[in-house]
Amino acid sequence: MNITKNTEAERMNFWEKIYIPEIARGLGLTLNQVFKPKFTRQYPEEVWEPEGSYRGRPVLVKEETGERCVACGLCSRVCPALAIEVQASETEKDKERYPVKFEINMLRCIFCGFCEEVCPEEAIVMSKDYHLVFQSQEEAILSKDKLEVPIAKLQDRLEFLRQYR
Amino acid sequence: MPELIWILIETLIKAVFILTMILLAAATLVYLERRISAFIQNRYGPNRVGPFGLLQPFADVFKLFLKEDLVPKVADKRFHRIAPIISLGVTLAVYSVIPLSNYFTIDTGESVRKIYLGIAPNVNIGFLFVLAMTSVGVYGITLAGWSSNNKYSLLGGLRSSAQMISYELSMGLSVIGVLLVSNYFTTAPNGSWTNTLSLNTIVLNQSGWKWNIIFQPLGFLIFLVSAFAETNRAPFDLPEAEPELVGGFNTEYSGMKFGMFFLAEYGNMATSAALITLLFLGGWQLPFPSSWLGLTEGSIWLALAQFTSFLLKIILLAIFFIWVRWSIPRFRYDQLMNLGWKIMLPLSLLNIVITGIVLQFFF
Repeated sequence: MNITKNTEAERMNFWEKIYIPEIARGLGLTLNQVFKPKFTRQYPEEVWEPEGSYRGRPVLVKEETGERCVACGLCSRVCPALAIEVQASETEKDKERYPVKFEINMLRCIFCGFCEEVCPEEAIVMSKDYHLVFQSQEEAILSKDKLEVPIAKLQDRLEFLRQYR
Repeated sequence: MPELIWILIETLIKAVFILTMILLAAATLVYLERRISAFIQNRYGPNRVGPFGLLQPFADVFKLFLKEDLVPKVADKRFHRIAPIISLGVTLAVYSVIPLSNYFTIDTGESVRKIYLGIAPNVNIGFLFVLAMTSVGVYGITLAGWSSNNKYSLLGGLRSSAQMISYELSMGLSVIGVLLVSNYFTTAPNGSWTNTLSLNTIVLNQSGWKWNIIFQPLGFLIFLVSAFAETNRAPFDLPEAEPELVGGFNTEYSGMKFGMFFLAEYGNMATSAALITLLFLGGWQLPFPSSWLGLTEGSIWLALAQFTSFLLKIILLAIFFIWVRWSIPRFRYDQLMNLGWKIMLPLSLLNIVITGIVLQFFF
């Protein structure tokens, strides 16, 4: 079928065919954009603060009385990337168990949040921390002292978990 | 001192000055391009390297220096190497006939020397030389496309030559109107037809707001559009159309060879802006009488003021070039040819006829 009627060229009026006014209009449009506010975030100076729903670096909750973790090993068991390693030990406190060793390999972690979901004590949660930079593989394996974060800093996430889980 | 040594020293200083100026201009244009395109797209653009990101183009070029220079195995090595050199060399060569300001005089003790800013601004085939050089420039692109032995590069090169042929015609014809008007306003004694093609003469004849854009609006428009096509920019950047031809003629280039094409493109932009300024916007003429500055002809400060005015006009035009590039979509190939042969060529012929009739019968 040979379509020759009602083409784009035929629908244009005289001023559109002359083309120059339309170019001027286009230039005006882009000139307008120049003075509009920018969308760019100037990253190192302007840091983005995520919401409570953000799944950042997994951390251990640390209350005033001590850690919540009872070293049940469920997180280590459920972790699809095998990033978590837990070694349990006994203690005199009323929880009776605690982890002597708790390591998360951040090069393996895929931020799925399964560890948080499976945890019976709400001891491991995802934080808002996304500035993850390491200079060696050894440095990327976070030990317990780097993982423990005071509970006051994790209120947004705990609130989110209470509401939606 | 003998005359020859004077000429040699003068030319050497001018050559170094002009080469530095073109390379700096290219760097500035790269910066402006990135910044203006960013502003048009509601971004900031490069603002980290140096104050306001001003050193970004130098960082870019430095990076290109460090890149590996890859040549495809099946490429024609000689032409692959020569192509970017032709591109950049031609761009630089055009500047030899472009007058950057009026002359200034220096007293050497023995004689008073007239020094023009520009290597040969008074050469009497000035504009023909420019047309010839810009035509040779297409060899660079076509050879690059052909010698790469890559079908996309070849297509880019072929498109470039076809485009150049189509638009050079109307470009050359639109200038005839300018030459007619320029000769009418000639400041030379007894209105002779000598030295009409010299770019400095064309500028001199536009003194006192007799800018050719006022008398040749149609010619200006045709020349402007042709200049866009000649520089392979904006709506006519078919030779390097990224979405369809990967990278066009420079697909197979890397490192500083690519950098040379890059510099040549922006150098070409500066050249086109300079030509439009010279032919239609009064060249180095100040937009007000030079007596306002209290300077007489021949003083070095007046020459500097004229140079500044010329530079300002070039930069404004270059910003316009960039603005157009980020506003208007690319032409299709058949639309490009239609515009060139069916619209621009008849219009430029019409322009010559009208100019001729008006000058012959009404003045």
